[in-house]
Amino acid sequence: MLKDEDRIFQNLYNDLGSDIVSSQKRGDWVKTKELTDKGRDWIINEIKDSQLRGRGGAGFPTGLKWSFAPKEVGSRPHYLVINGDESEPGTCKDRDILRFEPHKLIEGCLIASYAVQAHVCYIYIRGEYFVDGQKLQAAIDEAYEKNLIGKNAAGTGWDLDIYIHYGAGAYICGEETALLESIEGKKGQPRLKPPFPALVGLYGCPTIINNVETIAVVPTILRRSGKWFASLGREKNTGTKIFCISGNVNNPCNVEEEMNIPLKKLIEVHAGGVIGGWDNLKAVIPGGSSMPLIPKEKCETLTMDFDSLMAEKSGLGTAGIVVINNDQDIIKCMARIARFYKHESCGQCTPCREGSGWMWRMLERMARGEASKDEVDMLSDVTKQIEGHTICAFGEGSSWPVQGLLRHFKDEIKKRNKFDPIVKEKKNIPYLVDQHLLDKNA
Amino acid sequence: MSLRRPAKDQPENFEFNSSSLEAAKIMIAKYPKGKQQSAVMALLYIAQKQNNNWIPLAAMKYIAKFLDMPYIKVYEVATFYTMYNLSPVGKYFVQVCTTTPCMIRGANKLVEACKEKISENESELLSKKTCSWMEVECLGACVNAPMMQINDDYYEDLDKEKTLKILDKILKGETPKPGSYRGRTNNEPENNRKTLMDLKNA
Repeated sequence: MLKDEDRIFQNLYNDLGSDIVSSQKRGDWVKTKELTDKGRDWIINEIKDSQLRGRGGAGFPTGLKWSFAPKEVGSRPHYLVINGDESEPGTCKDRDILRFEPHKLIEGCLIASYAVQAHVCYIYIRGEYFVDGQKLQAAIDEAYEKNLIGKNAAGTGWDLDIYIHYGAGAYICGEETALLESIEGKKGQPRLKPPFPALVGLYGCPTIINNVETIAVVPTILRRSGKWFASLGREKNTGTKIFCISGNVNNPCNVEEEMNIPLKKLIEVHAGGVIGGWDNLKAVIPGGSSMPLIPKEKCETLTMDFDSLMAEKSGLGTAGIVVINNDQDIIKCMARIARFYKHESCGQCTPCREGSGWMWRMLERMARGEASKDEVDMLSDVTKQIEGHTICAFGEGSSWPVQGLLRHFKDEIKKRNKFDPIVKEKKNIPYLVDQHLLDKNA
Repeated sequence: MSLRRPAKDQPENFEFNSSSLEAAKIMIAKYPKGKQQSAVMALLYIAQKQNNNWIPLAAMKYIAKFLDMPYIKVYEVATFYTMYNLSPVGKYFVQVCTTTPCMIRGANKLVEACKEKISENESELLSKKTCSWMEVECLGACVNAPMMQINDDYYEDLDKEKTLKILDKILKGETPKPGSYRGRTNNEPENNRKTLMDLKNA
């Protein structure tokens, strides 16, 4: 288990209070100037050495991302945008940072802004976190008052203004270009890439976008060195991570642990085990709802980091672990996730807008046992038609969980849905007006 | 996508009152000159707050003029984002999360409680306009599932009985205390904490 002194978020459970005085006692804002005095290149190199990967889901190396920002500020100003739109089912880590460790985030904003030469930073928070956003705003006001941000922030000679922008209940705004559209006052529909936001982002200006957790760990990494961070976890999957363990466990919780920790240990030690015992486990969604689920057999030995989960054809995503036990109907669980994606599709690309609804309706029927045998393969076909055919990664995010279900629980679906193709039944089903086309003998 | 339609009965006029006007100016100042369109989301919130938690079409037209942008752009934003209510909701607006992590911890019991206490149908306004409820997608408090949001506050770690009690309170016009209803501290593992113990006991 990770030693307490190596935990970055000491106030994860709010034992100490989130105000500036207690934050400073924990080491925030201590000699921030010394860090920035070492220069931009040092900061970016230190982050590269730490091998920190973005905590928002995609796991892109943060140091590399920062180095994409133009070296010289041209006619267009640079922007830093913090993504706090956390909406992935199973994930609730950023909320705790916003309300309990706001000064880690604000200090991280200052350092990151300095590194990418931004004078304005927008923190995008989902609208539902209004109360938590107010706590962050209180912390920002405190920081302005103490001159830690604003003109000559914390004595670093760098000017920085931080503003909060609230979302309004759109999951898709967690996608970075949709988020930019949303800040610009439009509906959140993702942009085509390239050009990437690092060159053409907010208002057409160079913009670096990072997750809340990524930015909040930056000051600690710089203070304790990139080497220290890289010594935790394993190669290319370094450091600590907040895991959110929800679902059928005895003690659902958020906990900061080392990367590469075994999944079984996380569940058994921190979350108090699966309800009904380990043998009652059915499957685990390892990284927020868009990551394919993993059946029990593989959970025994699975370790939680980006690359080992990728090897299992899943992903770490946001590290929102949803534990599902045998008391649940796995097909129904996935049908509900499909409904989530149907609701949240932005409607821009046809395969996703229409396909997410198809997947939901098919899965609902499969959960009720009203689907026919051939529809299982048809569903698989639909997921393949969505994946890779959309502007943003929502297409993958909505089809991967369904593919995961089909990969591991196909037999269970087939057992429940034994009907012959509808065309043979000659049922009058309104949404299948063209069922005669399925007649293979025609 | 979700289907969203404006209400049938619309007020003819809308104008910001003085406090809304002040709040709107603060919001616009957050964005660079000439980019005042960025404030449209914030202004819609302000209008919603002023107008009993819903946005009439008149308000969208007003905001369009206020920000010097086409009305259709405001309408697009207001209909795209689900937190803008396009028709009247109750003074206490109950939103129950029913996405998978909450569902497997029994969110359907919360829905049952809402149906018993408030109304059989979602988004149905009681005659006294005190309360309405709806199912929503993930509210981002999954380790505190099942949970619901009433206006701005989160009510966590619920079951049917606790939900009924909360709903009784709001129907009487009281605002119950937000947070966990199993008495646990924030997101810590209940009675099973193994980390940062020095701080807990400090």
